[in-house]
Amino acid sequence: MHTSQAAVDEHAHENPALLHHFATEEQQKNAASLGMWVFLAQEVMFFGGMFCAYLVYRYKYFADFGSASQQLDIRLGAINTVVLICSSLTVVLAVRAAQLGKRMALVFWLVATIFLGLVFLGIKADEYAEKFEKHHEKFENHHDPGASFSYHELLPSQEKLPEAERQYADPHHAEMYFSLYFAMTGMHALHMIIGVGLFGFLAYKAWRGKYGPDYYTPIENAGLYWHFVDIVWIYLFPLLYLIDRHR
Amino acid sequence: MSDHNSASGHTSEQTPEHVSEHISSVGSSVTIWLALLAGTGITVAAAFINLGPFNTIVALTIATIKAMLVVLFFMHVKYTHEKMTGLVVASAIFWLFILLALSMADYTTRLWR
Repeated sequence: MHTSQAAVDEHAHENPALLHHFATEEQQKNAASLGMWVFLAQEVMFFGGMFCAYLVYRYKYFADFGSASQQLDIRLGAINTVVLICSSLTVVLAVRAAQLGKRMALVFWLVATIFLGLVFLGIKADEYAEKFEKHHEKFENHHDPGASFSYHELLPSQEKLPEAERQYADPHHAEMYFSLYFAMTGMHALHMIIGVGLFGFLAYKAWRGKYGPDYYTPIENAGLYWHFVDIVWIYLFPLLYLIDRHR
Repeated sequence: MSDHNSASGHTSEQTPEHVSEHISSVGSSVTIWLALLAGTGITVAAAFINLGPFNTIVALTIATIKAMLVVLFFMHVKYTHEKMTGLVVASAIFWLFILLALSMADYTTRLWR
């Protein structure tokens, strides 16, 4: 688009967003985009470590992971998945609005994304509150009936298992499941909080008219980040909520 | 907003190969969104059917299809002209594969423990 030298010179004076160490807007945009993708590749490895820990312990404590997984509310998980998918669509529409130079549409879709992000976090907080109430986060004192999670809650699903698998039932294995649950969903929620803050900042700047067809890289890169967070949840939801439901 | 940019904005849906930035049409974005919602519905429904070990395979296959839809269409990887993006995405998947496969190759073969 901006490859001809005449267009370059014209735009170099026209677009204040073009930094002096880039030859063209396209080069600047590609550099920013590539940097974002490398950051996301690093994020894949960051979450990958936790997914790997989950895989190792699920392999090791298969029966107890199944029982512990059934303690999660599948409806809340499904609603949150839908909320996140909707927020990904609003991000796509925000980027489109920026590309077409529609300022108020851009602000609207960014605010809609923030709203959906907050709905997700609200539902997640509700799930966490329920887990803390039942002391799913702590199994150390499981001999003390008042202070901790009752392992008998796990037993109905254990009874469906063959005798040989049931005898390995151990609260500490379920504790490992919930530790991973809190680590993975907690780190995911932290990414969501950062994303919501980012979109709040961008919505303010978009409202001030900072972004348009000539310059919308921050919107696009924040969008890439948000879609990545969405993908992490697309894997967390089946692994934590769904795959042991049938047992 | 120059004429040049607004012109490419309006014509991009017919001829996306002529612009460096792909502008997704509302229709195709909504289609992908509906596909993602359908995938979520199918994966939840499948979780309640006892398929034995195939429950995990079905759930992860649907998750991977959903992730691919997001990466290719919502993240514009399908339309990007920058070949490095594809390389970075492929590298990330490959490194993740090394992380998971080599770790599990270790843990699943420690038969003496």
